[in-house]
Amino acid sequence: MVIQKVSLYVLLTIALFLAAAFSLGLGAVKIPVIDVMIILAKKIGFFSGSSVSIQHEGVLNIVRLPRVVLGILVGAALGISGAAIQGIFRNPLAEPGLIGISAGASLMAVIVIVLEMALFVGLSNLLGYYLLAFGAFAGAGIAAMVVYQISRTDGKSNVATMLLAGIAINSLAGALTGLITYMADDQQLRNITFWMLGSLAGATWETVLAITPFVLLPVLILPHMGKALNAFALGETQANQLGLRINRIKRNVVILSTMAVGAAVAVSGIIGFVGLLVPHTIRLLVGVDNKYVLPASALMGALMLTLADMLCRTIIAPIELPIGVITALLGTPLFLYILIKDKKKLTL
Amino acid sequence: MLIADHISYETGKRMLVKDVSFSIRPGEMLVILGANGAGKSTLLRMLSGERTPSKGSLTLHDKEVSHYSSPELALKRAVLNQQNIVNMAFMAQEIVMMGRYPHYQNNPSAKDREICEEVMKLTGTTHLAERSYLSLSGGEQQRVQLSRILVQIWDIPNALLLMDEPVSGLDLQYQQQTLAIAKALSKRGFMVISILHDINLAAQYADRILMLKNGRKWYDGTASEVLNTKNIYEVFEIDSDVFTNPKTLKPFFIPKNTTVNLSSLS
Repeated sequence: MVIQKVSLYVLLTIALFLAAAFSLGLGAVKIPVIDVMIILAKKIGFFSGSSVSIQHEGVLNIVRLPRVVLGILVGAALGISGAAIQGIFRNPLAEPGLIGISAGASLMAVIVIVLEMALFVGLSNLLGYYLLAFGAFAGAGIAAMVVYQISRTDGKSNVATMLLAGIAINSLAGALTGLITYMADDQQLRNITFWMLGSLAGATWETVLAITPFVLLPVLILPHMGKALNAFALGETQANQLGLRINRIKRNVVILSTMAVGAAVAVSGIIGFVGLLVPHTIRLLVGVDNKYVLPASALMGALMLTLADMLCRTIIAPIELPIGVITALLGTPLFLYILIKDKKKLTL
Repeated sequence: MLIADHISYETGKRMLVKDVSFSIRPGEMLVILGANGAGKSTLLRMLSGERTPSKGSLTLHDKEVSHYSSPELALKRAVLNQQNIVNMAFMAQEIVMMGRYPHYQNNPSAKDREICEEVMKLTGTTHLAERSYLSLSGGEQQRVQLSRILVQIWDIPNALLLMDEPVSGLDLQYQQQTLAIAKALSKRGFMVISILHDINLAAQYADRILMLKNGRKWYDGTASEVLNTKNIYEVFEIDSDVFTNPKTLKPFFIPKNTTVNLSSLS
């Protein structure tokens, strides 16, 4: 079993590298995979020849590489936070998009865009992105706390209430976003549409730099909380009886996972169902032990978003599909499948 | 030793448990009996730390329970709750291993694994080890949860074992087996406190019985001392005959027929 789990990590890592290399080569300017490898090797100083064209190098460095790296970061963030949130809510159906966390993040992001344009016109780019990330993080956190508090009765979280509260938060955030849309000018409207559909098209080294700490921190810390999240599956009372300081754990998990979701939403908008699809697939492959599910979800999320981004860039090239459309198209049937398969077993 | 000193629990304006005092020594098995709403579960929840007494004090091994940290308590006390809802498809053996979580940081030791195997053999759950918890029947799930509780304190001397209706939903064989295990553990030095509904099971296994009514301690003593027609009528409001089991010399209870008059309802 352990060998099977370790080999899954290895396989996912290899697949991620291959997908990334492949994705780097695809687009309006095709770059052979070999050249991609050479340019990457050059970049980290392994290689100093120049058998590749400068144009290719430029496209790769300025356009493709930040986009692929951003896809990996956002995917890892969504994958791991999906797994962690499901752990805290004790239910495999909890998903950042479903319970209003993404909508909260997106609303705050939209508010920041509009306000930033009105108030801080002179703000530098990187600082602007940080502000956006913080805004989205705050929005995600507020939504998560509200849903969590509403869904709790007698110290247990009630999943039916949680999903209903999620619907409420989603439509409230949607209405407020709609209100802002109504008041927005053309430029802002375009940005807002971008947020609603989700896309990695805005990728630059600056956005990558801006979200890296907000993604790395959760990706490095959350896997250490696997044992605690397993115990949570027994129930909060039971977890407490196993010696866990449940309030501290809950707070830390909510902060870390909303941080990851907030950062992801800030740069790429709402990319739905990754947080549902990824941990579910991992659980089918290696079981539900969070010690493995959390890190594997980060890897798998990165892989899935890299592939999804590759699809949305090439499917009807040169036009680009929003990535959120792709993930929703793949994710919704899976969600329905889980619902139908487990409808007898899930206790709401 | 666990000492409950004049503990009460109040919620809103209702007193669910009023001024209850008792103590239990290592080696003893105490059964709590009482009608619905008598305050049994509330009392047990105070002992398990799920509720804090509004008045009175709880002392475990000469130290106030509230002065222990929850990791410390997890190594002294295990609780089998009445309701255990799990929505994630953990394997039965993973659920059982969670009972050892307080004992290890990252990876279970050989001893942790050994204890899990031993206990699962005892509770007859070995063959369920690799099955998903969600696919088990209610009774099987309950035995897996029991195993989890037992591995938690298996190697701890004088541990406190609390069980809220541990045999509801189990068939006759496992009802007997569960209580026999609890009894054997008490003989090994555990303090066992269990809520039961079946008076005969209580008579069979309890060293002492605590009878609750309206949140108060009504009677406290051995089965022969407290289980008689009069006391049972007072606490449960049913007529019954109580005999002595000639083999064990323990009391043995048979309820009398209750007549319900439906004609007045028309």
